[in-house]
Parts: sequence; structure tokens; C-alpha cells
Amino acid sequence: MSHASVELREVVKRHGSTVAVDHLSLSVRRGEFFSILGPSGSGKTTTLRLIAGFERPDQGDMLIDGRSIVDVPPNLRPVNLVFQQYALFPHLTVFGNVAFGLEMRGVARAEIQSRVGEALDMVQLAGKGDRLPTQLSGGEQQRVALARALVNRPAVVLLDEPLGALDQQLRQEMQGELKAIQEQVGLTFVCVTHHQEEALTMSDRVAVMDHGRLLQVGAPQDIYDAPASLFVAEFIGLSNRLDGRIAAVQGTRCRIEAPGLPAIQADVPEGAGPGSAVSIVVRPERLHLSQQATVSGFDNVVPARVAKAVYNGHEMQYQLRIAERLLWTVRVPNADGGQKRFLPGEAVMVRWNRGESVALTR
Amino acid sequence: MTGSRTSTSPAAAGLAAWLLAPSLVWMGLFCILPLSIVFLISVASRGTYGGVEWTFTLANYRDLVDPLYLYIYARSFALALATTGLCLGLGFPLAYYIARAPARWQGIWLMLVLIPFWTNFLVRTYAWMNVLRADGLLNTILIGTGVVAGPIEMLYSDAAVLIGLVYGYLPFMVLPLYVAVERIDRSLIEAARDLSASGWAVFTRVIVPLAKPGIVAGCLLVFIPSLGAYITPDLLGGARSMMIGNFIQHEYLVVRDWPLGSAASFVLMAIVLAGLWQYQRTGGMKP
Amino acid sequence: MMREKSGGWLLAASLGNLLFLYLPIAVLVVYSFNAAKLATTWQGFSLQWYAALARDHALMVALQNSVLIAGVSTVIAMVLGVSAAVGLERLPRRQRAWLDGALLLPLVIPEIMMGVALLLFFVLVKMPLGLLTVTIGHAAFNVPVVMVVVRARLRKLDPHLEEAARDLGATPWQAFRRVTLPLLMPAIVGAALLAVTVSLDDFVVTFFTAGPGATTLPLKVYSMIKTGISPEINALSAILVLVSMGLVGLSLLIQRKTVHG
Repeated sequence: MSHASVELREVVKRHGSTVAVDHLSLSVRRGEFFSILGPSGSGKTTTLRLIAGFERPDQGDMLIDGRSIVDVPPNLRPVNLVFQQYALFPHLTVFGNVAFGLEMRGVARAEIQSRVGEALDMVQLAGKGDRLPTQLSGGEQQRVALARALVNRPAVVLLDEPLGALDQQLRQEMQGELKAIQEQVGLTFVCVTHHQEEALTMSDRVAVMDHGRLLQVGAPQDIYDAPASLFVAEFIGLSNRLDGRIAAVQGTRCRIEAPGLPAIQADVPEGAGPGSAVSIVVRPERLHLSQQATVSGFDNVVPARVAKAVYNGHEMQYQLRIAERLLWTVRVPNADGGQKRFLPGEAVMVRWNRGESVALTR
Repeated sequence: MTGSRTSTSPAAAGLAAWLLAPSLVWMGLFCILPLSIVFLISVASRGTYGGVEWTFTLANYRDLVDPLYLYIYARSFALALATTGLCLGLGFPLAYYIARAPARWQGIWLMLVLIPFWTNFLVRTYAWMNVLRADGLLNTILIGTGVVAGPIEMLYSDAAVLIGLVYGYLPFMVLPLYVAVERIDRSLIEAARDLSASGWAVFTRVIVPLAKPGIVAGCLLVFIPSLGAYITPDLLGGARSMMIGNFIQHEYLVVRDWPLGSAASFVLMAIVLAGLWQYQRTGGMKP
Repeated sequence: MMREKSGGWLLAASLGNLLFLYLPIAVLVVYSFNAAKLATTWQGFSLQWYAALARDHALMVALQNSVLIAGVSTVIAMVLGVSAAVGLERLPRRQRAWLDGALLLPLVIPEIMMGVALLLFFVLVKMPLGLLTVTIGHAAFNVPVVMVVVRARLRKLDPHLEEAARDLGATPWQAFRRVTLPLLMPAIVGAALLAVTVSLDDFVVTFFTAGPGATTLPLKVYSMIKTGISPEINALSAILVLVSMGLVGLSLLIQRKTVHG
């Protein structure tokens, strides 16, 4: 069995009295695009710096391709970092920047020429080798930073908020490009970001962190559809939440009671039983709206009143008030065919199946 | 990345120590140590032929409380204060103007102010001697335009020293003021204007309070050297306008009473350090 | 841009200030070319005072001394100052403050204190006063000069640049030599020029540490002033001031230059 590309075992890092990284264990497969996602202060940046070698873990081990790198200084690790603000050397040309790592390792001139040329081609900056970083746009600078890392063919490429400094349009473009480049070179990418949309779009797997702890690792779909905790559920995408208590359990099903609402059916979360406090989370696009009194095929139906209706071009986004205290968001695509659009103040019925919700213990 | 956490590893700290060692040794030996010696000698006695006898005594400090010497200290304080005040008054408009100027011009203005700051103090003071003396430029103009009948003795007076001090230390005031004013968010001034504040009100209620760190820094940077000035009172003041600096030199090189001179030095030093320490405590400004 | 009504008098005040700063120097330079011995009358343009300077042997010796002292003390101050500036930046903030104070001390205390302290020190360790003691003193007060200039530039550098170099395979020394040092060059050159100027111009510390044997240009100017106004002083002063201004101007210009590859 091949080694994992990057492996962290029970890594702990403290900054003064705060624990930045709290017994973190994870494993990144070779060639995958792996994202670490979390809000600021979650420890994701510290994790990246630990892998890069700019900080030393207080406890735990870190391995790259099976070899421990904890005692290896940053310049000897088979790792390259694409900095958030690029950190391009202002006194060197684009060529000089990209060639730097190769020069440090004593690669022959001729080989440097060809490899740098290749790298610049890959990031679509061919012909700009003799420009200075100050003469480039933000997007171009980012590509130089990427090329500078890729040209060394490291075991792992680390990216710190790679798309953070770009404007919206560029960001969308770069998401696709970054993923394409990664697939082309086949290197392991570990990306740190707080933009969940990015993480979900580009990654093969996503790790969600908060307060130094790893909350969940999985494919984007699993993170989105089957969040393992309330934090993950609410951090990723929009979610609608309902708190209640389990009244009865029947096999894999349970009946949940919440004040002011009819009984809710859901799949029973692990380790929960009658009396457990649970929360239901449903994604906005999974809810069905109608004003008909009866619609068959749904486990749950809850009355609501439209508080706001926003037209988003391709969809309608409704804010519903439920039982006077809940505010839920529903997304309905504007398929053609005279679909009914609800107005603020109207009463509607919200429906969903238990399979479309996630129940989590609180 | 949030925060620039450059590596705080023990290796980095070790490297820093190695880098700092040479300069610390040099400055320790040739700056800190000599200054400490001054203090030591100030509590020693004067030897018969002008050297030092190592008997502990506080007589020197007591001797300083002579009215003659106190007068010198008082004059020095007064001159230093006046210099500071004048520099503030003259320098603030200049600093304000530069801070409001377009970025391109700011650099040029600052250069123009900085250049005299770094050049030969002795020569600049001499230049004023040239202008102020009986057959100097100022008198020539005054006589020529008929304002006075004969030359006025302007040199060798407190006034001349004051002019020389203001001239010498004006850039010290302008620079910190500029830095402070430049940092003021322009939108604050615009907001005040929008709320119907007159020019004067904007100045006193918005600009001055916000520029306070710069004002304090500038005043300190002018007051301290003015207090310990030597060249200016020596050339422009003569025997009539002795300041602490001249007094110290006199004790050391003329009277050869090193302990007394050291005591006077140390008092000066104490005042300076007290002022600086107080400044550091209240935040201070980065150089 | 805001055009305040007070703009007019502000500009006038500023120009007035500049005039105040430069006029005496200008007058000095003009008078140095005055053929007359007394300054009151203008008797035509003449270079005779400059010629007199060139013939003054003692002056030439003083010039030599000044240049020698400036050169040696600047080299020492550069080595000490640059290493201190780089070292200080790597320290955490709290530890920095104390060391800062110690190293910047000569800049904040009145010059006479340095002069007097060094005099006492040299006498007590029985070191004879002369060129060596002057050089030591100059090196001491130039260390903070160099530090201030280099540090200002160092602080503006992106702290991630050295990390990026290390990430790409550079040892700490390589990172310093290939990335930090080239970017610091303008500051280093500027600091050197400034240190040379400060050394050439220094009077007070030199006065106390030179002893009977050694003279430097400023000491010579001082003794000329004290022994009576001779028009040669104007010429010498004009030279000193113009050279200083030139060096300082050059230093500032180099520091303002952005770094190119």
C-alpha cells in the first residue's frame, strides 16, 4: 500500500496559552486536491505553517511520503508553499522568481531554462519571464507564485488562501484553472481556505476545522449532505435548523417534538434515544413549497408564512417564518412553466422527506 | 496569513543574539560604560592637581546648588523652553503643509528640510554669526534701509543663542510633526468641515489632538538637545550667555574640576532620561 | 484635493521656513566669493580665499584626518549597525525595547555628554587622546545612525520574503544574501553616506576626544572662528556645508529609489 502523501499524527501546537492545533490527525492521499476549511482562528493556517516548517509542533508527528519531517528545516522539506500574498521577490524577474528553488538546489542552467519555461507555459505566463513582479496584475502574480512552487515538483504543494486576494470574477476563473493544473501535474495539493464554496468546488476531499480541532473529513458531497456536527452543517452552505427533543424511536426512525410544530420525522442520529436533544438541518434547495393542503410523498409538513421573496434570476429565494420563531430559507429554481411565485405575507406549507434532512445531537 | 509570524524558533533567537553581540559590546564599552563613569566621578573628589581622588562625597551635588550655577541651569531651561515653543510655532505650519501636499512633492519637501538637519552644525551656527554680527548682513540691511542709525550688537546675547537654537533644531520638530499629521485620516477633517467647523475649530479640535504624539515627540526632540547645547551658546552667546553645556566644558577643560563637571553632567543626563522615560511610558512614537 | 482658504498663508509660512533654513548658508557661500576682506562691502567675485585654503598646510592635515576618521569609523559603524538592525528585527517586541534604547542612546543624549564621558573613559584607561580615540567615538555615535536608516527599510520589507526563500530551499544565510541584502542595498548605501557626513561634520565629541595632537576640519573651523574672523573661514565653511549637503542629498535620493533587479 502506498504511503499517504502527508500525514499528521496527534499534532499539537500552542501559541502562548491558546491551543492553535489540538491533537490533529489527518492523512492526505497522493495526488489529491485536499482542502482544509475553517473560519479564522480555526488553526488551519498554523497547520499549513507546521507542514511547511515555519513552526514546530509541540507534540505529535508529521510525515511526508512516510518520512518524518518534524526535525527537517523548511528548506530541506519536499514541500513548497504558495503564500497568500504571493511573497514574490521584487528584485527578481518572473524568470528569476520561478527559477529560485531550482538554483538553490544547484540544478544545471540548461535544465532550469527548460523547466521554468514549462512551468510558465502551464500557468499561461509564457513570454513574461523578464517582467518584474510590480509590472504584473494580481492574477498574474498569483500564477507566478504557483509556477514558482510547481517547478520544483515537490511532494506536496501547500496553498494559503490561494484565491483570497482576487476579485470575484477572477476567482471563479482561477478555481477551474487551479483544479485543472493540479490534475495535469498530478501533485498533491493541500489548500487552506475559509471560502467553503471554493473548497467544495475544487477539492477531492475537505477537512473542516474549528478551534484547532478536526471536525470532519470527507468528499465535498459528504460534507455538504451528511455533516457530522452542527458546526459543519451551519458553516457549509446555507442550512435551516430546527431544535427539538426525540419523543419516540422506531428502528432507524425517530419522532421529534418541537414547541409549536407538528411532529417531525427524521433518521435517528447515532447514540441518541428518547429524550435526547437533537437538531434537524435541511438544505434550502431540498424543501418543497406549496399552498395545497395535501401533497403525498412527504414525511414532514410544516405551516409557514412568507416573510421575504427575493428574485435571484435563476431561482427564487424565500424567507419563511415558522411557528413565529424560526426563519428558514428556501430556494426554488425558476423552471419555465408558470410556477407559482409566492408573495410576502402568504401562507404556505413546507414539506420534506426525512432522508433529505440530517439529525444531529446537540 | 493573519499576522506575520516569522519563525520564533530557538535557532532564530540564537542567530539574533550573534548578530547583536558585536554592537552591544561596542556600545556597552564605549557608551554605557563611559556614561557610568561620569556618574562615579560625580561622587568622587577633586584631586590637588585637577585629577580625581577616589573618596566618596556628595559635595559636588551640594556645590551645584550655588546661585551662580542655578542661574545657568535656569537660563538653559528658559532658552530650551523658548526654543521648543518657537520651533513648534514655526514648524507646525510647515509640517502641516508638507503633510497635505501631493505625495510626489512630500518627498522633495522632506528632503529639503532634512538636508540641513544632517549637515555641519558648527558651520550652520557660524553662518548665523556671519549674519548677526556688527558688520553682518542683518545690520547692513537695517542700516541700509534706514531702520537704525548704527549697527546693533546682536551677537553674544540670549537672543542670538535663541535664534541659533531654533535654527539648529527646527528640523527635529518638523519631522515628527509631519509624521503625525500625515497619519491623520483626511476624512476626519472633511467630516468636521461638513459639520460646519471653521478652519480654526478644525485645527484646535481635530488636528491638534490627533497630532499630539507628534507634538510631544517633536518637543522632546528639540528640548533635550537645546538643554545640552554647546556650540550655539559658545559661538553666539559668548561669556554672557552661558548654558549648561558651556558650564560643563568649562569645568572639565578649564577649571579641571572633573567631579563637579561630572555632577553637572549627570544632572543634565538625569533630566534627559527622566523626560525620555516619561515619553516612553506614554506610548511614544516609533523613530 | 481639498483647497482650503488658508492654503495661501500655509504655503507662505512653509516657504518662509525654508528660507530661514537656507538663507544663512546661502549668505555664507556668497560671502566666500567676496574679494573684500571685510564682509560689509562687496568688492567683486574672487576665489582668493579658496586658494588660501589650498595653501594652508595645517588645513590639509586636518582634511586628511577628517577623511581618515570618517572612513574608518563608518566602516566600523556599518558592520555593527547593520548586524544590529538585522538582529533586532528578529527579536520579539518586548525584548527589543531595552536593546533599542541602549543602542540608540547616543542619538538622544546631548552630544556633550558623549564627549565628556568618552574623555573620562579614555583618561581612566590611560589611552592617549588622538586619532584613534576620535575614531572610536565616531564609530560609537554612528552606530545608531546606521541602525535607524537600515531598520526603516527593513521594516518595510515583506516578512514573508525570507520565508519564501527558505521554503524554496535556501539556508538562512542564502536567504539573507539573495533576498534580504539586495533589497536592503539602498538603505545600506544611504546609511554609509550619512555616517560619513555625520563623522565629517562632528564637532563636540571630536573636541573632547581629540586631545592636543589631532585636528579635524570642524576643529580647525572652530579654532579659526575663535581666533578671529578671517574670510577663509567662509570659504572653508562653504566647502564643508556644500559637501555635506551633497552627500546627504545623495544618501536620501538613493534611499528613495525602488529596488530593481
